[in-house]
Amino acid sequence: MTINELQDNIIEEFSMFDDWMDKYALLIELGNSLVPLEEKHKSPQNIIEGCQSRVWLNAELTNGIITYQGESDAVLVKGIVSLLIQVLSGHTPEEVINTELYFIDKIGLREHLSPTRSNGLLAMVKQIKMFALAFKSTSIK
Amino acid sequence: MNIEEIQHIRADFPILEEKIYNKDLIYFDNGATTQKPRCVVEKIEAGYYHLNANIHRGVHYLSQKATEEHEAARSTVADFLGANKREEIIFTRGTTEAINLVATSFGEAFCKTGDEIIISVMEHHSNIVPWQMLCERKGLVLRVIQMNSFGELDIENFKTLLNNKTRIVSVTHVSNVLGTVNPVAEIIKIAHEKNVPVLVDGAQAVPHIQVNVVDLDADFYVFSGHKIYGPTGIGVLYGKEKWLNKMPPYQGGGEMIQSVTFEKTTYNELPFKFEAGTPDYIGSTALAEALRYVQKIGISNIATHEHELLVYGTERLMEIDGMRIIGTATEKSSVISFLVGDIHPYDIGMLLDKLGIAVRTGHHCAQPLIDSLGIPGTVRASFAFYNTKEEIDNFVTALKRVVTMLS
Repeated sequence: MTINELQDNIIEEFSMFDDWMDKYALLIELGNSLVPLEEKHKSPQNIIEGCQSRVWLNAELTNGIITYQGESDAVLVKGIVSLLIQVLSGHTPEEVINTELYFIDKIGLREHLSPTRSNGLLAMVKQIKMFALAFKSTSIK
Repeated sequence: MNIEEIQHIRADFPILEEKIYNKDLIYFDNGATTQKPRCVVEKIEAGYYHLNANIHRGVHYLSQKATEEHEAARSTVADFLGANKREEIIFTRGTTEAINLVATSFGEAFCKTGDEIIISVMEHHSNIVPWQMLCERKGLVLRVIQMNSFGELDIENFKTLLNNKTRIVSVTHVSNVLGTVNPVAEIIKIAHEKNVPVLVDGAQAVPHIQVNVVDLDADFYVFSGHKIYGPTGIGVLYGKEKWLNKMPPYQGGGEMIQSVTFEKTTYNELPFKFEAGTPDYIGSTALAEALRYVQKIGISNIATHEHELLVYGTERLMEIDGMRIIGTATEKSSVISFLVGDIHPYDIGMLLDKLGIAVRTGHHCAQPLIDSLGIPGTVRASFAFYNTKEEIDNFVTALKRVVTMLS
């Protein structure tokens, strides 16, 4: 599936709920089922400090495909990390760089990406793209 | 105050009728800012519609009227704090600017390399960073009063920090995280025995406690308008005349001068020496209106009602499994910081929001305090006189639901 097809799937999944608490229940479920990041990847260079919660992000390139892994100390943030990984993991650096992320807005979770950096998510989205850029430039060399 | 009286008061605050995600708003973030009664908003409107002219310099009618109102507001603030002289009241943009003013001007006049400043472990960043900046500028040392496990300052520890290098002590009256009401009168007395002046950060105190700066013998006392039902962008520095007179101006500009030539400028007298530029004369008069509103209800009535909310809220919260109240001082203001099990405060705050409940989460701009407690932050419910036990009941029901979802 393309990144946009994956985004559309998530939008459809969330559109079934009209109550906020149901949306958040799903997010909590996603957060709780996120594969924990291995301790060795919870290094200071992988940490994205937010004002209230923190996010860890690790990326690896195998055969031209990026695999992202992440975690957070807050479960709702973890849920969003899980969605980002669902959408962006398993694609080429090129694809990640050229993606416009619209699903978070569409499912009504934009407040978590507010520029006050209260949870580190906005910085995480930037970091995801930075990893892709870095992988792209190394593969060119 | 009985429930009819509270309902009557609530009618003065239109925002309390707002629906958030189709739910009744429960506003428990009064420690961050308070809501505004109609009379305050109307005062601002009337100011701009009917009384707007720059003050202190116009010969025309409107300017004189606006000047009178602004200076009357100064007198209202002086009375509110029990100050001896209205000239000891300086209008600032808020608590933060007031502390920066003292740190800069007092620091300039009285501090030299090797001197020491004392603050406490429970200070808001606004009562830490200005002193750190002064320390960096002048090579001073910052000393920190520690606290016990209830969140009460260790006065014996404070005594050991005071010495002949101490130039000033700056402590909060009420902790914005723990709710602790600090024994500032005792702290001031101890400091004065060594001739050390004391600044008291009253941002979290004046909306809840009767303050008299003369009885306290505080050298400086600061607070923000918006935390006491007044507008944002206006605050107060009270300073004893003897100190303010010896301190150089904070900012230069209009208003604060007596005469200006390119060779030499002489400064205006108090309070104008510290009020460079056009002051917020609309904000000052609206702040005075807010203080009158609070006095009309009566600080002691407010304190009694808020104490009931604190006791009731604490009892109800303790019903929840894994509830941990952060800050259990004997003398406590209407602030409850808490954690439930190992649930992250961000998660609780986000879900409560979706149920129409406004609380604050995080480190509350007191990172060193939160770090010293070894916690990621807290959820903070802070009450005002317009809050009710019914709101607490609804809050506890919502919190139970949220905790179940997150456990």
